Amino acid sequence: MGFIDGIIPPYYESILITVGIYIIMALGLNLITGVTGQLNLGHAAYMCIGAYTSAMISLKLGLPFFVAILAGGALAAVFGFVIGYPTLRLTGDYLAICTLGFGEILKSVLLNIPAVGGAMGIAGIPPKTTLTITLIIMIIVIISMVRVENSRFGRALVAIREDEIAAECNGVNATKYKLQMFSFGCFIAGIGGALWAHKIMVLQPRDFGFLKSIEILNMVVLGGLGSIPGTILGATVLTSIPEILRFSSEYRMVLYGALLVIMMVFRPHGLMGGVSFNTLAKRSFGWLKPRSKSDDKPEQKEMGG
Amino acid sequence: MLSNLIVQFINGIALGSTYALIALGYTMVYGIILLINFAHGDIFMAGAFVGLLLVTVFHVHIIIAFLGAMLFCMIMGIIIEKIAYKPLRRSTRLAALISAIGVSIFLSNLANLLFGAKPTSFPPTEQILFKIQTYELVAGAQITNLQILTIVTSALLMIGLQYFIKKSRTGKAMRATSQDYDTAALMGINVNRIISYTFAIGSSLAAAGGVLVGIYFGVVKYNMGFMVGLKAFTAAVLGGIGSIPGAMFGGLALGIGEMLAVAVGLSSYRDAIAFGILILVLLFKPTGLFGTQIQKKV
Repeated sequence: MGFIDGIIPPYYESILITVGIYIIMALGLNLITGVTGQLNLGHAAYMCIGAYTSAMISLKLGLPFFVAILAGGALAAVFGFVIGYPTLRLTGDYLAICTLGFGEILKSVLLNIPAVGGAMGIAGIPPKTTLTITLIIMIIVIISMVRVENSRFGRALVAIREDEIAAECNGVNATKYKLQMFSFGCFIAGIGGALWAHKIMVLQPRDFGFLKSIEILNMVVLGGLGSIPGTILGATVLTSIPEILRFSSEYRMVLYGALLVIMMVFRPHGLMGGVSFNTLAKRSFGWLKPRSKSDDKPEQKEMGG
Repeated sequence: MLSNLIVQFINGIALGSTYALIALGYTMVYGIILLINFAHGDIFMAGAFVGLLLVTVFHVHIIIAFLGAMLFCMIMGIIIEKIAYKPLRRSTRLAALISAIGVSIFLSNLANLLFGAKPTSFPPTEQILFKIQTYELVAGAQITNLQILTIVTSALLMIGLQYFIKKSRTGKAMRATSQDYDTAALMGINVNRIISYTFAIGSSLAAAGGVLVGIYFGVVKYNMGFMVGLKAFTAAVLGGIGSIPGAMFGGLALGIGEMLAVAVGLSSYRDAIAFGILILVLLFKPTGLFGTQIQKKV
């Protein structure tokens, strides 16, 4: 363990950790919004729950880091279940508003609880997030997302995205699948939040507002809704470019806003929409073997009516 | 205690009437193209800034600034629709919604770049309008002439809108389009023009609300549109989205509810209460108080 920590300069290592954490959180949102088509505007809230839970466990109980991470993820998943149970019956834009509302409610509740520091937040969290831990969790999350995508569960989610009523007519229990999916996505967000808390060491409620959710949404949209390699690309690009170009945060948010509109108008499927790891491998290494007809089949078939 | 309640009730009506003005824009746009126009709150913010600039930089009279802000936002609303929503009219609703969020983020952060993150204050009311006077109501409760002005202006605009929608030819075309988009187009209504009108009217009402809020609270800030926009949306949902009387009623109800929450000492939770109302309405009566049920088909 820890064999790659400290090899590269700390500044770049810190950027890599940030990229890894954002990939984890963006993959959680990709499952909810990209694969299943349920717009979640409160993803930062679940990240916030994970971050606060793990920070409290590390600080007050002093338990090992992986317990704090798992507890953060678990509590985020519980909240995802409790919030999702009533709200996932709502369609599209109403769900979006409800998730946004939950995010704002959570923020204003945290601001008023003195036990978690109120507006001052929590400080002095031990810096336990290393590059190794981030990479290991990131790889586990990527593998599990690919496994979900290729499973019966994943196909049911895609069917729900394409047409919920048609999917239900074909025997997909949409409510159950959406609830499981949402809890899982929130679990991933909570884990990402736990890593985040132990990286930046200071938590304040206003760091987890609407703009944070939009930042994560942007990564998924840029990469391509529903595409795992696309989400990884989107998270990497949007996390590292501001670091390289040294944008001020105001310019970045103006660009993010314009980016959302431009992507939706000109390229609604993102940079790599509908591309999975399989197609990526075929496209990259297809020239190695003789071409057969089956390689040229279109990847995404229309589903539902 | 009773007089305090009445004062907060009047504050609630003044605040709620501005919510209602903004909620009308949400509800009209949603009624026609089934899109939550997230950028609407930021148009409200833009209206407040334009009004402020006209008063402080160009030194025009407040009434002209008020009308100027409405005109500016009218054009802005039409342009936003043409750029960000029109190309997406036949694509998924998720795409249009994300685009609307993009416009909102763009506008509020552009205002942050242009005017800075600190709140900008409106000139004092007695310089631009009149000296604030308070009138005594029953049991020691007071109302200011600024509150009367806010309520009366909002009411006039809303009555004007109601008249326009019910009586004018364009208003009838709007109602037809909101009932059935495709059939309205087949009946010879220029649907694109109607959508532009809808955005123009909604945005100018938001600008009016922006200037009123700017005068009433005395400060304008780049992110003021976010929270007010969400609350106005809550108001629209509470009244039943797509319904114009619903938006007016919802705005007033939300404003009064919020101020009564302040009166009983829950002021630090006022945003959470507004969102709590929203979520409860969506869960138990998603069509709102005046809305109609839409049957979903495959």
